[in-house]
Amino acid sequence: MPKIASVLFAGALLFAGAAQAQEFKPAIIFDMGGKFDKSFNEAAYNGAEKFKKETGISYLEFEVTNEAQRDQALRRMARKGADVVVAVGFAFATPLEAVAAEYPDTKFVIIDSVVDKPNIQSVVFKEHEGSFLVGMAAALASKTGKMGFIGGMDIPLIRNFAYGYEQGIEYVNPDAELFVNMTGNTPAAWNDPAKGAELAISQFDRGADVVYAAAGGTGLGVLQAAADRDKLAIGVDSNQNCIQPGHVLTSMLKRVDVAVYKAFKSALDGTWQPGTQALGLKEQGVDYAMDECNKDLLTPDMVAKLEEARAAIVEGRLVVEDYYSTMKQ
Amino acid sequence: MSDLFLQILLLSDSTLRLATPLVLAALAGLFSERSGVVNIALEGKMLGGAFAAAAAAQMTGSALAGLFAAIGFAVFLALVHGFASITNRGDQVVSGMALNIMVAGLGPTLADAWFGQAGRIPVEAEGARFRPITLPFAEEIREVPVIGPIYAELVSGHNILVYLAFLAVPLVAWVLYRSRFGLRLRAVGESPEAVDTAGISVAGMRYRALVVAGVLTGIAGAYLAIAQNASFLRDMTAGKGYLALAALIFGKWRPVPALLACLLFAFADAVQARLQGVEVPLVGTIPTEAIQAIPYLLTILLLAGFVGRAVAPKAIGQPYVKER
Repeated sequence: MPKIASVLFAGALLFAGAAQAQEFKPAIIFDMGGKFDKSFNEAAYNGAEKFKKETGISYLEFEVTNEAQRDQALRRMARKGADVVVAVGFAFATPLEAVAAEYPDTKFVIIDSVVDKPNIQSVVFKEHEGSFLVGMAAALASKTGKMGFIGGMDIPLIRNFAYGYEQGIEYVNPDAELFVNMTGNTPAAWNDPAKGAELAISQFDRGADVVYAAAGGTGLGVLQAAADRDKLAIGVDSNQNCIQPGHVLTSMLKRVDVAVYKAFKSALDGTWQPGTQALGLKEQGVDYAMDECNKDLLTPDMVAKLEEARAAIVEGRLVVEDYYSTMKQ
Repeated sequence: MSDLFLQILLLSDSTLRLATPLVLAALAGLFSERSGVVNIALEGKMLGGAFAAAAAAQMTGSALAGLFAAIGFAVFLALVHGFASITNRGDQVVSGMALNIMVAGLGPTLADAWFGQAGRIPVEAEGARFRPITLPFAEEIREVPVIGPIYAELVSGHNILVYLAFLAVPLVAWVLYRSRFGLRLRAVGESPEAVDTAGISVAGMRYRALVVAGVLTGIAGAYLAIAQNASFLRDMTAGKGYLALAALIFGKWRPVPALLACLLFAFADAVQARLQGVEVPLVGTIPTEAIQAIPYLLTILLLAGFVGRAVAPKAIGQPYVKER
């Protein structure tokens, strides 16, 4: 009798082990703006979908719609036994710090912020490098010598986009004028296209003819305003060139999709590592978008100049400063 | 000088664009609140209108179809509100709030089911949007000093719904103060018993007021989705319904003062967009945070100092019970 019990027990153990191996559960939590914002969150979604398609493993997901849900969502995913939880967005930093300590066996990945914990991988992008290139493109395409920037929520991360953009513009045209607007100080600033359009119109009124939107869903309003007034806009995070064909000069790609895919994949393979990764032009973490929709806007001549600058940045001959280095410590 | 003049014109232009949905919603609130129904549901009805406008315009490629769909849906929501709060004498605020929450969830959910973009409806079809209209002679008299630029920049070049919103104000004022319907409406909000005694149905009057409010919020929603923007988005009204309600109270439930309050809110918003990062003489660059606080500061200052006591319609918020 004890023998049978122990066999049963061993069998149960084996079964449990097999079940665990099969049930690799990755999870992703999107930020406000939602996974179809055509921008930051959508890039993350694309990465998760790619993983699902390749491995056949489905993932848990949650879209945060208010601040209080961040903490809850992280906890819920950890409690459900997710092996790796990807938190998309800087705003998860504070809740993650607490939750990660409570669930030391769960692997966490945060995008766009750095949290120093043994079970957290932080992925940040060198937005300033990608923004530098689109800044160059803006300055090359502008006829008035005036350009605009519209940020979402006013945070250092977005200031970093603006700072790189400014340097790129200056690199091409030191006399250029740049207007910088931020949409707001709360997360609602990521999802207010009417405000984005109004800000873009105010910049067009002041003479700008190329406006770069780093503002999540708010940026869709900027793109719309550019199309309505026959000006140019620059998209962000995902490839937004085809949202308003002929009016989107290019998009500053932030390969959040690659980051999410790699996080899932490495957790599955067992090669996952905590720590910080900074992805720039060299790591192909940022880029500018070229496709059918903007091939007439971004001429081969302009592309040649951008590629030249890219090579210089990758080789370290040209240094793009980041905004954080200008901040008081 | 001329540059400053142009800046002021552009600022006023932006004010008109931003004020339009507020004006329409405030007038809608005026009708229903004057009849004694608190309309906290302006937000939801407007959002519902925006949803219906975007969906219909995108499917049919006709802006007019979008407008009518918006009006239809907003009126339907108004009738639901009326059924709960007039026929069944439910709490007006609670039922209104329930409508807001329902639409906030229903819109994106249906949008996801129909258009597969998770809560977003892009309006891309040709002719699906109300385009700016250039009024006659706008280009010809642009060169005339002062009047020319005012006409060409400020008066001309808006879409039809903007003109509709501003024309609605005198019309509403006339209806409210000069027509039989207006007299009865005001009476129902102040003293429903007296109206009842005179043989007029209180519930009928209130339903009619809610329907008018539905039409106006529908137009406001259509403006948001297919005139000012070109899409429906989750929570795209962003509190404009509540702001309109504040403007209504601010304007003491009267059409012209409510219009001025809406213009003030919109102006503060427009200034806020344009002052960011601009060098102001003597002051220098004002921090973004300070600028973004302007509309709220202005509201508090004016409410505290200039408005005085706002007296609501007497019977507001009370369901009418015919017999005790």
